[in-house]
Amino acid sequence: MSSSAAVVRLEHVGKRYGSEGGPEAVSDLSLEIPAGEICVLVGPSGCGKTTTMKMINRLIEPTSGRITIDGEDVMALPAVELRRRIGYVIQQVGLFPHLTVAQNVAVVPRLLRWPEARVRERTSELLDLVRLQPSTYGDRYPAALSGGERQRVGVARALAADPPLMLMDEPFGAVDPILRDRLQNEFLRLQAQVRKTIVFVTHDVDEAIKMADRIAILQKGGVLAQYDTPDAILAAPASDFVAHFVGADRGLKRLSLGRVRDLELGKPVTARAGEPRAELRRRLDEAATDYVLLLDEKDRPLGWIGRGDLSGDGAVGVDDAIPGSPTLEPESTLRDALSVMLGSSVQLGVVVDDDERVLGVVSVDAISEVLRTPTTRPT
Amino acid sequence: MTEGQPFFQLDWVLDNLDTLAQRIGEHMLVTVIAVVAGFVISFGLALAVRRYPRLYGPILAVSGVLYAVPSIALFVLFIPITGLSLLTAEIALVSYTLVILVRNIVTGLRGVPADVIEAARGMGYTDRQRLWRVELPIALPIIVAGVRIATVTTIGLVTIATLIGMGGLGYLIVNIGVQQRFPTATITGVAVVVLLSTIVDLGLLAVQRRLTPWAKARGG
Repeated sequence: MSSSAAVVRLEHVGKRYGSEGGPEAVSDLSLEIPAGEICVLVGPSGCGKTTTMKMINRLIEPTSGRITIDGEDVMALPAVELRRRIGYVIQQVGLFPHLTVAQNVAVVPRLLRWPEARVRERTSELLDLVRLQPSTYGDRYPAALSGGERQRVGVARALAADPPLMLMDEPFGAVDPILRDRLQNEFLRLQAQVRKTIVFVTHDVDEAIKMADRIAILQKGGVLAQYDTPDAILAAPASDFVAHFVGADRGLKRLSLGRVRDLELGKPVTARAGEPRAELRRRLDEAATDYVLLLDEKDRPLGWIGRGDLSGDGAVGVDDAIPGSPTLEPESTLRDALSVMLGSSVQLGVVVDDDERVLGVVSVDAISEVLRTPTTRPT
Repeated sequence: MTEGQPFFQLDWVLDNLDTLAQRIGEHMLVTVIAVVAGFVISFGLALAVRRYPRLYGPILAVSGVLYAVPSIALFVLFIPITGLSLLTAEIALVSYTLVILVRNIVTGLRGVPADVIEAARGMGYTDRQRLWRVELPIALPIIVAGVRIATVTTIGLVTIATLIGMGGLGYLIVNIGVQQRFPTATITGVAVVVLLSTIVDLGLLAVQRRLTPWAKARGG
């Protein structure tokens, strides 16, 4: 295994409890998880998602099939050695209460007998990575931490020996929704830095859509219902089961995957204060549209002016603009963009850059166009 | 008690500090042997229970029965086999510690949260590493609590072991105090036993607090 990220391959993996003919928790499951991606296993309870994950680090031994990590069969190594090479995060975190935060993070490096100086260096590096000041938190015991802090220590501990693969079993399942959202965002930011291969188990579709590069939807008995990118699954569910499982609002869910920057922005008709109304009417006719966007001298939007307000002669002024036109950023999700547009009188969203200069506009039509075309998830 | 003799003679105590020290030494030796032997046996039994949980019931039943036998009877029971010896005394004393120690060690080990054990397995601890580095340290407060109870109980019981010739503070209480009608010795003996129990109990508590600084945060 390399220490950056590993390819994980499940080949016809099955797990049967009891003797021949016993119930199958997982049956004939084949998956390939590309290096550096987050693969979310999701499904209703009893679908074998946790069993599948635990077969990778052999907390549960498969009864059939083969699992390889970077081509190496997991059965080729003693189980404890295999596990020391795979990060592991669980819902209740499982921090060791008798060890300090620093000692908890140092567990696997110490099992691997790293030199003490390297262990220390790595420990503070990781605490920094999960935004816990090593000098403040290193010597604390887990009992003195908040739920969010414990979860971060759990992630740091799993990353300690720089494993090419991490297994995460409902890691954010035990915290309140607001904290969960924050921890998810933090984790995505972290993953953008470390680029591990991650197998992530959850029962929550929204979490799966948010976290995944690829989602494996399992149904009862560990049967793979669909394995694809979140966007592809939402755009084209492979079966009624999948469609039902992802929910009737899958169109809206897809919108939260897309960003404004992924759209081709339209060019608005623009004007500056002081320009004659007649000239603006001419521009609107030319562009066959009804609204002109008034800009200030630094190209920042002041508001829309409708054709109806451009009658008569003279020059336009700031007072003519409809106040409160909302602006969007390239990073805004399409879902947020749509919501903003539906709430404003002019159903066009003005996209601005960091200096609030106008980059272009998006329309409701442009967004619904996205929903009609099944594309892969833009990254 | 002879006429005109005061009930408690401090002079006697001060004149016999050597004897007192010797008796305390004897008493503690018998106690420590019993607790250490009892702990070793109980630890083995608790590990067996950890591996084969079904053994717990029978082990508790047997040690419970032993605990229920009156102490004098237990001492006397073994005299025909092992004579008036330290071994006889220790057999009885060790039997009394078992139920306390086995129960506390098993309870301590079973009290280790399931998520902690799962995390330890998932990170690649061997079974033995998990026992020594995770489960036992976490169980320590409950284990030490058992050792404290066992020790204090044993200190009290050793007093009775004087009946089979084991000396100790019981010798002061019974052989000098009661048989020679000299209450000063009885009072001194009893007072020292109480004092000793208290000191040892608090000493063990202090040791436990030192060893488990993490437990303070949760009131352990």
